Amino acid sequence: MDGAHDMGGAAGFGPVRPEPNEPVFHAAWERRALAITLAMAMPGGWNIDMSRFARENRPPADYLGMSYYQVWLAGLERLMQERHLVEADELAAGKALHPARPVAKILTADGVAPMLRRGGPTERAQTRPALFAVGDRVRAKTMHPPTHTRLPRYVRGHVGRIDAIRGMHVFPDSNAHGHGEDPQWLYTVSFSGTELWADAPDPLLEVTVDAFEPYLERA
Amino acid sequence: MTDHHHDHHHHDHSELSETDLRVRALESILTEKGYIDPAALDVLIETYESKVGPRNGARVVARAWTDPAFRARLLSDATPAIGELGYAGRQGEHIVAVENTPELHNMVVCTLCSCYPWPVLGLPPVWYKSAPYRAKAVKDPRGVLQDFGFALPATTKIRVWDSTAEIRYFVVPMRPDGTEGWSEDQLAELVTRDSMIGTGLAKRPDEVTR
Repeated sequence: MDGAHDMGGAAGFGPVRPEPNEPVFHAAWERRALAITLAMAMPGGWNIDMSRFARENRPPADYLGMSYYQVWLAGLERLMQERHLVEADELAAGKALHPARPVAKILTADGVAPMLRRGGPTERAQTRPALFAVGDRVRAKTMHPPTHTRLPRYVRGHVGRIDAIRGMHVFPDSNAHGHGEDPQWLYTVSFSGTELWADAPDPLLEVTVDAFEPYLERA
Repeated sequence: MTDHHHDHHHHDHSELSETDLRVRALESILTEKGYIDPAALDVLIETYESKVGPRNGARVVARAWTDPAFRARLLSDATPAIGELGYAGRQGEHIVAVENTPELHNMVVCTLCSCYPWPVLGLPPVWYKSAPYRAKAVKDPRGVLQDFGFALPATTKIRVWDSTAEIRYFVVPMRPDGTEGWSEDQLAELVTRDSMIGTGLAKRPDEVTR
């Protein structure tokens, strides 16, 4: 979706403000928000692409008006409500009002280290040959799906070069909507700064994105 | 004035408290329903607050600086190379290491969200997740470096890696001059988090107390 999350090249946000000696968390609630979000994926059964879509799919002013972990919380609340694990009246009341739904599995203290170590690898078996080879010129498609995608707007329509082939990976555009993993070839595609930003060309700038095969066409 | 300053903090604190109450309520609802175990939350927080952080990545870089065979493995297939030091897993399932040289400077961003190589760098800093960085890095990375207080030679190429899929990029900064004969532990002290994102350089020897 063409949402506020797709920020590459946007103007008006001002300078980057690094924070010296930044703590990992800036408030106690951020610790719990991170941990609850990581823990709930197990009973909730959603995948990372569904999580990302739940966070980004909201009015731009809402997205931009929230802190990062507030966006996480909003995404989590939506994922839980969609599955009726928690209802809106419970969130409003701040207490459980309905019986729990059965869940397959929950994260225990002992299960944390194995869960983190396992992670969520997205590479899958290579079931067909890759359409493009390293060095090929490709154009990022002009596409504006209302659904989840990982092709940022600032490269759409622009011509780049295949720099690396990363194997076949779970396709977020499908996986985010429960349509299966539908693995696709993943490429690192480089674009010159002059190709992307005609108004502010830096002749020594190159930008790469990791693009799934359906995002690309031969140029 | 101190009192005035204090008032501002108090105001900020009240706003945070609203979210704080919301998160407390959420945790109690989910615990009561049996979906989460608060002890697991404690372990998750402990992991990312004190165990997994940029010290891990600094050890990887220091090894690459001192062990040419390791450096070669790191640059050809980073995930198993980093695994040799015991770092692996969530948000580092598919890591690619990219090396800075006098001719080429690498910088990593995630314009769409906040993708970051957790096993080697821990959780991302606020600025990395912020709109200014996500907007500016792919268009004006030299301006970003200015925001961080340094400049590259005008002749150095910049390559910005936008982490739009599940590949996680990790920058191997240049080893500072004047560190010949240093041990891995000493070298690791020079490797900052920002130098492994590409918004900084490794510290010079005179910036650390030996």
